[in-house]
Amino acid sequence: MEQYIYLLMSDYTLQIITLGTAMLGALCGMLGSFAVLRKQSLLGDAIAHASLPGIAIVFLVLGVKNNNGLLLGALLSGLVSAVFIKGIISKTHLKSDTALGVVLSTFFGFGMLLLTYIQKSPNANQSGLEKYLFGQAATLLAEDVWLMSMITGVALFVVLLFWKEFKMVLFDVDFTKTLGFHVKFIDTLMTSFIVIAIVMGLQTVGVVLMSAMLLAPAAAARQWTHSLSKMVFLAGIFGGVSGVLGTAISASANNLSTGPVIVLIATFFVMISFVFSPTRGLLFRQIKLWKNRNDLKLMKTLLFMYNLAKDHENISHPHKILLLNNFQGYTRKSLKRLESEELIQLNKDDWALTQKGFNTAENLYTNQ
Amino acid sequence: MDHNIALAIDDLTVAYNYKPVLWDIDLQIPEGVLMAIVGPNGAGKSTLLKSVLDIIKPLAGSVTIYGKPYRKQRHKVAYVPQKGSVDWDFPTTALDVVMMGTYGALGWIKRPGKKEKKLALEALEKVGMLPYKSRQISQLSGGQQQRIFLARALVQNAAIYFMDEPFQGVDTTTEKAIIQILKELRKAGKTVVVVHHDLQTVPEYFDWVTFLNVKKIATGPVADIFNDDNLTKTYGINYKTSIVE
Repeated sequence: MEQYIYLLMSDYTLQIITLGTAMLGALCGMLGSFAVLRKQSLLGDAIAHASLPGIAIVFLVLGVKNNNGLLLGALLSGLVSAVFIKGIISKTHLKSDTALGVVLSTFFGFGMLLLTYIQKSPNANQSGLEKYLFGQAATLLAEDVWLMSMITGVALFVVLLFWKEFKMVLFDVDFTKTLGFHVKFIDTLMTSFIVIAIVMGLQTVGVVLMSAMLLAPAAAARQWTHSLSKMVFLAGIFGGVSGVLGTAISASANNLSTGPVIVLIATFFVMISFVFSPTRGLLFRQIKLWKNRNDLKLMKTLLFMYNLAKDHENISHPHKILLLNNFQGYTRKSLKRLESEELIQLNKDDWALTQKGFNTAENLYTNQ
Repeated sequence: MDHNIALAIDDLTVAYNYKPVLWDIDLQIPEGVLMAIVGPNGAGKSTLLKSVLDIIKPLAGSVTIYGKPYRKQRHKVAYVPQKGSVDWDFPTTALDVVMMGTYGALGWIKRPGKKEKKLALEALEKVGMLPYKSRQISQLSGGQQQRIFLARALVQNAAIYFMDEPFQGVDTTTEKAIIQILKELRKAGKTVVVVHHDLQTVPEYFDWVTFLNVKKIATGPVADIFNDDNLTKTYGINYKTSIVE
């Protein structure tokens, strides 16, 4: 760890890569929130896969590996696939999952075909094109990171500018239409930025795992908050931290590919969030369930006491604890709890209902 | 009663994939009525609202609101969609949803400010949901969610209100509260159009009714046209079972 920090302080390349992956994670987390809430989680996956033929075609045309040119190809190809997906959904009977599946496999298959063709060609430049499949963070240059930070800045600006419109479309499309907002424009804007974020990540994380960069931070963030702005912010943080930690781990351990490590860390955030989130987490939900079940048992005991006590003139007439036979499943502990809630009074071997206990039980009875 | 026409529909025809959902609808709704649209499942009730509101493009026909096309009259119109049409797990609060009612008047980019917040709080108060303003919307009951939707429409401060089954899945208290608010709207001279399911409550709640089953069967004051004849024409011979249901 110390070694890594020392390395980070001194190694310019590592600084660039760390900055790049952090920026990418933050951008993807932020925009991924919108994809998740728009219920288009898989759209990102389809677009990422569909960008492969764009990369291959640009390489075939140019004959050289110009990174920006290849990414431009990826961008166009991704946008075309998005148009296809939306077109299929609106013009045919097919549902969105089918449309996504069809477009994803067609484009990706075509991309793989072109890639294998290129690899068999005699062009000496061809090697290294497969890095877009799984990503290679080590190839990030200062100018790439510059481009990334510019795009992140623009995306942030657009999100802030159209915050109200984005939120409304995400929550209630029909209502937005009736207010006279151009929903198609808002939707296209949102999708375009998601496509741009995907393309930015291709070099680092690759076609195959790119969608996880969008979805994992957003899914994790959703667990911790009930506010859209906090969710988007948190998703950005989770994404950014995943980028930094992933780069650190892959730089410290030899030969670990950066993209998959970043994705694994992001999914680790998801797991933690699913289990430990205070309101939505599995753990706390289970605890709440147990507590409810215990409360129910307690009330059952109280009801039994009530049925005994109500025949007496004085409701606080003491009864033997032994009277609570085993059917009621009482324990010393549960009696203590009833006493601490001032529902009963304990006195050695006796118990007696308090007025509060009597009223509580009576209401339970009428509510049944 | 004032006989201005609030909503006029001419020859409206809507089809999904060649199958007509609404066929040649002519309808004129006078200002200041509280009207129910009734008809069996699949009669096109929601579709009628959505085509009036330009959410669905009709095959043919025209809709005017106070004599002008909807696009020019948006500020006069408020809409309560079906409760089930949105995801109530969306990360936002009750107040935030109600604030969306002010977005139309705000237009693009402009953010809601103090004035909008005040309007939203007033609407929440009117529907009895002020104590729940900061609640996450998934933690509200079905009836409370419906009230939130109603409050969002109230904020729009429109002349004509379209509501798609506002009584669906709500408790009796909420139903009474909602109808009270609708009657107050009518008293204030607003026109309210409600897609309604429960035929039994039509005479009690509404003063105007439209029978719809792909075609328009009848429209007019409840006292005049809410009878066995029209019910049978709309629901078929066994309409009484649909009432029980």
